[in-house]
This record gives sequence, structure tokens and C-alpha cells, in this order.
Amino acid sequence: MAKLKSPGELETLRNQITGQRDPNKTVVTVCNGTGCHAHGCQAVTAAFQAEIGKQKLGAKVDVRATGCHGFCERGPLVVIQPQGIFYQRVRVKDVPEILTETVGKGNPVERLLYTDRASGQKIIKEHDVPFYKLQKRLVFGNNGSIDPTSIEDYLAVGGYAALAKALSMSSEAIIAEVKKAGLRGRGGGGFPTADKWQSTRSAKGDIKYVICNADEGDPGAYMDRSLAEGNPHSFLEGMIIGAYAIGAHEGYVYIRNEYPLAVRHVAAAIEAAEKLGLLGKDILGSGFDFSIKIQRGGGAFICGESTALMASLEGRVGEPRAKYIHTSEQGLWGRPTNLNNVETWANVPMIINNGADWYARIGTAGSKGTKIFSLVGNIVNTGLVEVPMGITLREIIFDLGGGIPKGRAFKAVQTGGPSGGVIPESLLDLKVDFDELTKAGSMMGSGGMIVMDDKTCMVDVAKYFVTFLEGESCGKCLPCREGLQQMKAILTRITEGRGKVSDLKLLEELSATLQAAALCALGQQAPNPVLSTLRHFRAEYVAHIRDKKCPAGVCKLGAAKKK
Amino acid sequence: MAPEKQKEKVNQVLKKHQHDESRLVDILQDIQAEIGYLPKEALEEAGKGLGVPLSRVYGVATFFKAFSLTPRGRHLINVCMGTACHVRGADKVLESIEKALKIKTGQTTKDLRFTLETVNCVGACALGPMVIVGEDYHGEMTPEGVAAVLKEYN
Repeated sequence: MAKLKSPGELETLRNQITGQRDPNKTVVTVCNGTGCHAHGCQAVTAAFQAEIGKQKLGAKVDVRATGCHGFCERGPLVVIQPQGIFYQRVRVKDVPEILTETVGKGNPVERLLYTDRASGQKIIKEHDVPFYKLQKRLVFGNNGSIDPTSIEDYLAVGGYAALAKALSMSSEAIIAEVKKAGLRGRGGGGFPTADKWQSTRSAKGDIKYVICNADEGDPGAYMDRSLAEGNPHSFLEGMIIGAYAIGAHEGYVYIRNEYPLAVRHVAAAIEAAEKLGLLGKDILGSGFDFSIKIQRGGGAFICGESTALMASLEGRVGEPRAKYIHTSEQGLWGRPTNLNNVETWANVPMIINNGADWYARIGTAGSKGTKIFSLVGNIVNTGLVEVPMGITLREIIFDLGGGIPKGRAFKAVQTGGPSGGVIPESLLDLKVDFDELTKAGSMMGSGGMIVMDDKTCMVDVAKYFVTFLEGESCGKCLPCREGLQQMKAILTRITEGRGKVSDLKLLEELSATLQAAALCALGQQAPNPVLSTLRHFRAEYVAHIRDKKCPAGVCKLGAAKKK
Repeated sequence: MAPEKQKEKVNQVLKKHQHDESRLVDILQDIQAEIGYLPKEALEEAGKGLGVPLSRVYGVATFFKAFSLTPRGRHLINVCMGTACHVRGADKVLESIEKALKIKTGQTTKDLRFTLETVNCVGACALGPMVIVGEDYHGEMTPEGVAAVLKEYN
């Protein structure tokens, strides 16, 4: 394909692609996200291809390996389009029957349908499944319908139209639109995106950079992985628009090497966009140049912090620096740099396409749009959910998530990653947005939501997070390096039955020191899991210390006696 | 791998990255993929080729979890210790692998068959506890199920 030299040529190509496609032709979409990989989706995809060849159905049916659909719990997932017939836990042996019965005769295969837990009824269509029905899949929506390695698929669903539109706008107008939309950073900070863009744009210097943070380090959070894997062009398009608004000509995607599939798909997407002239010199004939490089991370949690990430991008040890000088003024190589995460960038094309007013109608007063959460832990429906800001935790956990498995009771939900906090049952009606979660002593973070049942010990949970953070502390500043070691030692002795009543005060003191004196957000927020468990589950700490009992039955308190 | 061969591999990787020192993390990833780990000679060669002091190469190689300065087994086992896997009992799975292989986390079996490591999340939380061997994902692992999985690898 030749490079596109104008928005008009882009539209012509789009029309060509859609014109060649019969909207009524059956497409068997098979989820090929990492979760479904573990369920064996590759063999299922291959079986469909082989069986279609065998039954000579090539003219009637296409097979498409798509990105993550989100409902990882029930994988491998297969959806027959355009009807939207939803099959779950599909095995290779089911493939011939799906083709002869469903594709050939239009009959659903009963045993592969999803059974609604509440009514016990089989559900045929994907959009009728409660897990999907209550979602608002704006960012995530195309994941299930396009092949992430095909730029044609992305163009067919309107891809890069926002870029063409943005290139006809002024930088100021784009930033104003994003500001009016109220977009806030999805990576953890919740900082207004347009303000960050504006300060990088206004900063002195000819060379500026934009970075996409795809180093999704929070354990239990994988929305960025699914976007990078399942719809890489969506966030690349956002990056190009942002770079144009800011005046940057070079960009980087910093991505976790633990996500090999995402690395491959992003690399392929960049290459495809370059071939079409959507990246590189003179994008769509606008005179604007922009290129993107990929850098893989080295498995350090701290590299999700912007200055540590930039140090690592420069080929140095990933240590953060104090931020009295903002990265928007002096970031990568000392130049003005704007960093947003995958999900934030992926929101941008939608805002440009539909306008700020449309976007700002979704969500709450201070938090606009939708948010993708990864709903994991002790929950019936594990997976990724995209919901409008302002939905309650109860709706997410019980209506979408199907509640707690094995008949156990809900105890707490942990949000915001390792440095987030736990939220008890009494706060389940809390409306989820940036500000409400902070008020409850937790935070939005990047959107991890870990549900815990009554067999979970909250002191053990605090110990788990502090141990994680202690291991990931880069060691540069003393409060974080030493403080977390001490907190870990105290929590360990409490869980072993050697705790003292004075330990709780000590934990609070150490927490205050870290919050006040640590160099970066990792250390400043590290006390959150301890403070929030102390706030909501203090009695459990007391039981460990005074009664030498773990109410949840997790901690082996007898360990102390042997020593 | 012979030292000469290692040097050759390092130089191939450096060439691929145009001897760009800012790509050090990526370069070390690729060298490790080629050789299996990061031997001293490879770090020296990389430093020389990029024109950066060995101390910086060593600093980066020891800072990031992904790098190993000692030889690793033919099969790398990564047990996911992410939060979702943790609440579903990942520590017990890890314990059971340690017992089965008679090594601790971070170690390699004497026959160089396995290296056992942990990872903080692979983003397959629905299937926790996750154990990844090489590029194969084994979901919903139990302490009892470990033996059968290990048997698949020689």
C-alpha cells in the first residue's frame, strides 16, 4: 500500500476496505488475549481455520483472531458475528459442531452458551450476558471485533479519522477540546491531561517528546495490556494527536517485557502505520512529522513512575528524581516531555471524533468518561470491565462481577494497586471516581480491583503489599528503603504472633514519615495498604497481637512459639 | 556457548540497536535472549561497544529483575505472585514447586533443567494462580497439580 498523502486518500482507502466487506458475512471471532491463550485459544482458532477448509466454507465464513474481550474467566471465548452469538469455554472438539449447527443451520449449540447465575437460563447473545450488558465499552469496545494485527480492520471501524480531523485543527483547539472533555490521566495520578499537554507545549525548547507508559506494573491490573494487545492503533492514534498538539516529533512506548504479545502487536502496528504514512514524515500531507519507538522494560515496578521511566529510557538505572522541576519542562534528555498511559491515550481519538460535550456527559462532576477495571481475586466473573465513572462498587462487584464464589462472604475490595487501599463492605455504595476513592483512603490508581472474601486476613494483605513494595523500592531515598523494611519486619512479627500493642503506633509513625519524606509516589503512597487496613480492620490487628489469633485463619501464629 | 560466540552475539545485538547507548535495557534483553543469561564477558563487550563504563552496564543489569548474571536452566519457570494469584494461594504453589525441584526461588536445578523465579503479574488474573514455563501459560494451578506440569519439560 502506498503512503496516504491527504485525509481524502485515507477516506478513499477506508471506503475501499469497507466496500470489499460484506457486512452480512459470518465472522467467527476468537479471543486471542493472554488469558484465552492460557485456555488454549490458539488451537481453537487453528481448528476453525482447518475445519472451514475441510467443509469448504471459505466463501461463507471468516475467522478472526481478536484481542481480549475481557471475560477471561470463561475463555476461550468465541463470538459469531454479525448475530453476536456468544460461546464460552470452547474446545477444539466443539469446532465442527459450531460450524455445521450455528453457521450452517443457525442453531445455537446449547452446552456452549453462558448460563445466567441468577435465573439459571441460557443466554445466546453476547450483549445480553450481565457481565457485558452493564458495561459501557467505549475504549475497549473494538477489542472483540478487530484483528489487532490488521490496520485495515482498524480503519474499517473508523480508525485514524480522529487524526485526520485533529490535523485540520489548531493545537490550541485540540488542547481546549481535551480540557473541556475533562479527561484525567488513567495511569494513577488522575492529573488533568490537557493541563499536562499545555505545560509541555508552553515549555521552552524545540525538541519535545511524548511517551506512552505501557509499563503496567500494578499486580492484578491488566487493562493496558489488553488494549496494547487487542487494539494497539487506538492508543497510537491518540499519541499522534497528542504529539501534534504538543509539538513533539518523537515518541516512545515503554512497555513491559512480561507482555510479549503486546510488544509484538504494538511493533506491528507502528510498522503498518508507517507504511500508510500515518506515522513518519508529513503525516497525511499535513507537514507534521512524528515517529514512535518501542522500548521494553526490565521488570521494575518503579519504572511506572515517570522520572524513573525516563531514566530507564535513557539507558540508565530506573531511579526517580525529585520533581520540583516538572517533566513537562525537563523530562527525557532534559527536554520537555509529556507522559500518559495507554488507556489515557486511547481515550483521545474518541474525544476528537465525538466532541468534548459528548464525552463530558459520561461520568461524574470531577471524573469524566469511562474507566476500565480489572476485576480479580475472589470473584465469580474475573475479567476486564469498562464502566462509566460514578458507578458504585456494589454494582461492579455484585451485578457485573457476580459476587463472591463458593458461597463465601465479601470482606473488602482493594483498589489502586499495591499502594492503594482496602475498602470495607460499609463503603460499597461509594460512587467510583478519582475523588471518592481518595476520600475513602484508597485511590483509583490504574484500575486494579482485587476482591477479597472472608477467608482473607487483612494483616496478611498489608504484609503482602508492603513486602512487594519493599522489594520494588529502588533504594535511592532513605525513608522508603529503610522505612519499608521496618514496616515489613513489624507486620511479619504481628502475623507470627510476636506483635506488641505499641507496634500499631509505630506503624502509623513510620507511615507518616514515608508520606512526608519519600522522594517519589512509590514511597509516599506505600503506607496506604497499612493505613487503610488499620482504619477499617483494626480489630484484626488487635486479635493477632492481643489474642494471638488470626480471625481469617490465614496466619500461622504458632510459628512464634517454635522460635 | 563459547566466549567468542558470545562476543559475536553481543555485537550482532549492538548493531541491531545501532550502538545507541540509550537502548541499553533493550540491548541487555536481547543479549540475554541470545545467550540465556548475562555473562561477565558479554557485559564488558556491551560496555566497550557502546562506549559506556562497565559500572553503568552492571548497574542496569543488576537493577532490573529481568536480568540474570548466572546461567539459567533450559526452562524458566515463573510463578506469578501478583495480588490476584496471591489471594488464590500462589505461595502454596510456589512452595510445592520448590519442594519438587529441591531448589529455592531464584535458583537453578543442578541438571540445568529448570530455573525458578517469580513474577509480579502477567495479566492473566482470571486464571490464577498462574505458572509460566518458557512461553506456556498454565492457569488454575494447585500445589498438587505441579508435578504433572513439570513432567512436560525435559
